Amino acid sequence: MAEGPVRSGKPRGNLPPLEFYVPEPRYRPGDTVDYSHLVIPPAGMVARPDEACEARETWPLTTDLIRVLGDDGRAVGAWNPHLDPETLRRILRMMALTRAFDDRMYRGQRQGKTSFYMKSTGEEAISIACAFALAEDDMVFPSYRQQGILISRGYPLVEMINQIYSNRADRLKGRQLPIMYSAKDYGFFTISGNLATQFPQAVGWAMASAIKGDTRIATSFIGEGSSAEGDFHAAMTFAAVYNAPVVLNVVNNQWAISSFSGFAGAERTTFAARAAGYGIAGLRVDGNDALAVYAAMQWAANRARANKGPTLIEHFTYRAEGHSTSDDPSAYRSAREAEEWPLGDPITRLKNHLVSLGEWSDDQHAEMDRTLAEEVRAATKEAEKNGILGHGLHHPFHTMFEDVFEELPWHLREQADQAIRERRTKWPEWKE
Amino acid sequence: MLEEEPVSLHEAPTRSLNMIEAINEALDITMARDPDIVIMGEDVGYFGGVFRATAGLQKKFGKNRVFDSPINECGIIGAAVGMAAYGLRPVPEIQFADYIYPGLDQLVSEAARLRYRSAGEFIAPITIRSPFGGGIFGGQTHSQSPEALFTHVAGLKTVIPSTPHDAKGLLIAAIEDNDPVIFFEPKRIYNGPFDGNYDSPSKTWKAHPGGKVPEGYYSIPLGKARTVREGSAMTVLVYGTMVHVAEAVLEAKGVDAEIIDLRTLVPLDIEAVEKSVEKTGKCLVIHEATRTSGFGAELVALVQERCFYHLEAPIERVTGFDTPYPHSLEWAYFPGPVRIGEAVDRLMKD
Repeated sequence: MAEGPVRSGKPRGNLPPLEFYVPEPRYRPGDTVDYSHLVIPPAGMVARPDEACEARETWPLTTDLIRVLGDDGRAVGAWNPHLDPETLRRILRMMALTRAFDDRMYRGQRQGKTSFYMKSTGEEAISIACAFALAEDDMVFPSYRQQGILISRGYPLVEMINQIYSNRADRLKGRQLPIMYSAKDYGFFTISGNLATQFPQAVGWAMASAIKGDTRIATSFIGEGSSAEGDFHAAMTFAAVYNAPVVLNVVNNQWAISSFSGFAGAERTTFAARAAGYGIAGLRVDGNDALAVYAAMQWAANRARANKGPTLIEHFTYRAEGHSTSDDPSAYRSAREAEEWPLGDPITRLKNHLVSLGEWSDDQHAEMDRTLAEEVRAATKEAEKNGILGHGLHHPFHTMFEDVFEELPWHLREQADQAIRERRTKWPEWKE
Repeated sequence: MLEEEPVSLHEAPTRSLNMIEAINEALDITMARDPDIVIMGEDVGYFGGVFRATAGLQKKFGKNRVFDSPINECGIIGAAVGMAAYGLRPVPEIQFADYIYPGLDQLVSEAARLRYRSAGEFIAPITIRSPFGGGIFGGQTHSQSPEALFTHVAGLKTVIPSTPHDAKGLLIAAIEDNDPVIFFEPKRIYNGPFDGNYDSPSKTWKAHPGGKVPEGYYSIPLGKARTVREGSAMTVLVYGTMVHVAEAVLEAKGVDAEIIDLRTLVPLDIEAVEKSVEKTGKCLVIHEATRTSGFGAELVALVQERCFYHLEAPIERVTGFDTPYPHSLEWAYFPGPVRIGEAVDRLMKD
C-alpha cells in the first residue's frame, strides 16, 4: 500500500473556487480618464547615487521616478545634468525634427507612397536625449521606435526615406519592411521584426568590447511589452554574469499594440525593479523629461565605461499615437489618455524649460518647426526621385538573391535564373 | 580518401585521433591563428566540455576567449550574434542538439538573416557546434537529429562530419566561413565508427582510415561531398553516423554501391549527387532523423527532378520512424542493418 497522503475524496472544506485573473486596463474607448492613481513625485526629489555604487543601492530608484524638469519648466535636483543652452536647443531641435519626420512619413503612408510606418510621438525625449548622452561610437541595438537616435546621429533623412520607400537608392535593397533601418556607420544595429532579440545581442556586443579591451559600450531598447520575451531574461542574466558594459532600456509607453502594460506584468511592480533580481543597477525615469533621460543614460554609460557593469533603465512614457499605420487605438483605449497624460509632452516641456531660461521663445520655436518641416519636405522630394514603393524604381532583380550567403550557392543561382525567366515571360520587353 | 586534398596534406604526418580530439585540435589551431575566435557554452570552459571537445582550451587561451555560459541557449546564440556584429568570430557550443530549440529564434530570425536584412552591413560568422544523433541510449532529449529544421532556413549552412579527419577539416572551414554554420557532431561516433551492430564490441578510430588525422592546419571545403566508396549498382546518399552503417551493410551484402558522404547538407554538392545517380541509375537515401519532411525528402526530390531519366527504380529512403526518439526501444527505432538491407534488396530486385 502507498504510504503517502490519505485521499479523503471530500471537497476541500470551505475554500472558494479558484478564480482566473485577466488584467484589464483602466480606460476603454469612451471612458473618462483619471490619472490620479499614478504617483508622480515632484521633480528633483530623487537622490543620485555615485555611478560606481553597488547595484543594490539603486533599489529605491527602481520604484521612484527620476525627474529634473518641474511643472514650472525649471531644472532641479541632483539629477540635473546642467546642459548648456546650446546643447538644450540641439536636443529640442532633434526632437522636433523627429516629430516632423514622423508626421510626414505617416502622411506618406496614407498617400500610398509606402506600405507601413511607425511614429514615435511622445517618446522623442528617450531616443534623442539618450543619443546625446552616448558617445557617437557606442553601439545602439534599437527597437523600431528609436528613429530619433538615427536622426540625432546625423543619418541623412533622404537615406531613411529611401528605406521607407524601398526604392532603388534604399541601402537595404528593398528587402526590409519600412523603418527597419540598418546603419553600421552610425552605430545603429539592423532592426529586426522579432521583438527583444536585440537585447541579448547588445549584451554580446558589450561582452565583445570588454573581451577586446575596447572603451565602447552597447545599449539596447525594447518596449515594456517585449520585456515579457524570454530574450529579456537571457539578456539580463548574461549582462549580470559577465558584468557587461551595456545599458538596457525598457521604454514603458503603457501599450503593446492593444495590450496595456499589465500584460507585461506592470500591475505588480515596475519594469526597472526587475533589475534587482539580477543584481543589476536599475533606474526609473520620467521618459518625457529629456533632462532626466539624459542624466540617467549618462549615469549608466559612465558606470558601464568604468567597468561597474550594466544598468536597466525604465523610461516611463506614453505612446501618444497608434502602434503603427496598421493600428487604430480608438478601438481599445480612451482617446483622452494621451491628452491627460500627467507627464505631458516631451517637446513642450523642454521648450518651456528653454523659454524659462530666457534662451528660447515661442516665435523661435514656431520658426524652427517651419524650417524643419521644410527640411523634411525637401528630403522627401529628393528621395522620391529614387522612386516610391510599387512604382518600379527598385533595386535590380537579382539582388533579391544576394546576401543570403556571402556567395551565391548553386540553388540560389538556379532560382535567380528562374525568377528572371518569369519576369521575361510576363514582360517580354523587360531589361534590367 | 584524401584524393581531393592538396598535396601538402598527403605529406603531412598523420596520427590516429578520435573525433573529439580532432575537433579539439581544430578549435586549438583556429584559435591560435585568429584572435577573434571565442568559444562559449555550458561547461565548455574550466571543465572542457561534457564531451571534452574544449578540454585545455581555456587554460591555453584564457577566460577572455573560452568561457562557461549560463544555461540559456537563447542567450548563448543571441550573445554570439552580438559578438559577431562587433567583429568577433564566435564558436558557441550547444550541449546537445536536442537543446538548441530555445535558441531557434536567434538562429533563424537573426543569425541567418543578418547579412541579408542589413545588405551585408552586419554578418554572423558564427559556428554553432552541437553533438547530435542517437545510438547511445540517449532517449528523447539526447538523441535527436534536427538537421532538417536548419536546412530549411535560408542563410544557414549545415555541416555534419563522419570521421575525425573530416571533423577537423570541416570544422576549420566552418569557423573560417563568413556565414553562420550549424556543425552537428554525431556523438555516437565520437570514439569510434559504428556499423549499426549494437551488440558487437565497439570499435575505435585507430583501425579506420578516417581516424588518421593530419597534423597542423588544413581545411575541407564546405559544399563538397566525399565518395566513401565507388560503385555502380546504386548510389547511397548519407551523412554522419549512418555513413558507417551504410558502408557495413552494403559490404556485408556484397553490393557494389557508390556511397556518398554528403558532409555539407546546405549548400549541397549537387554535382556529386547527379554524377553518381546518372551512373548507377538507383538511389538510396539514409538518415537517422525522422522521416516526414526530413532532409531525405529534399534529397529524394532533387534526385527525382534532376536524374529522372536515369532512374531505373523508385528512390528508396531509410530513416528513423516518425516518433520521438525512444529509450528502451532504441534499436527498433534506429535505421539499422535490417531496415537498410530491405531497401537495398528492393533496389537490387528492380
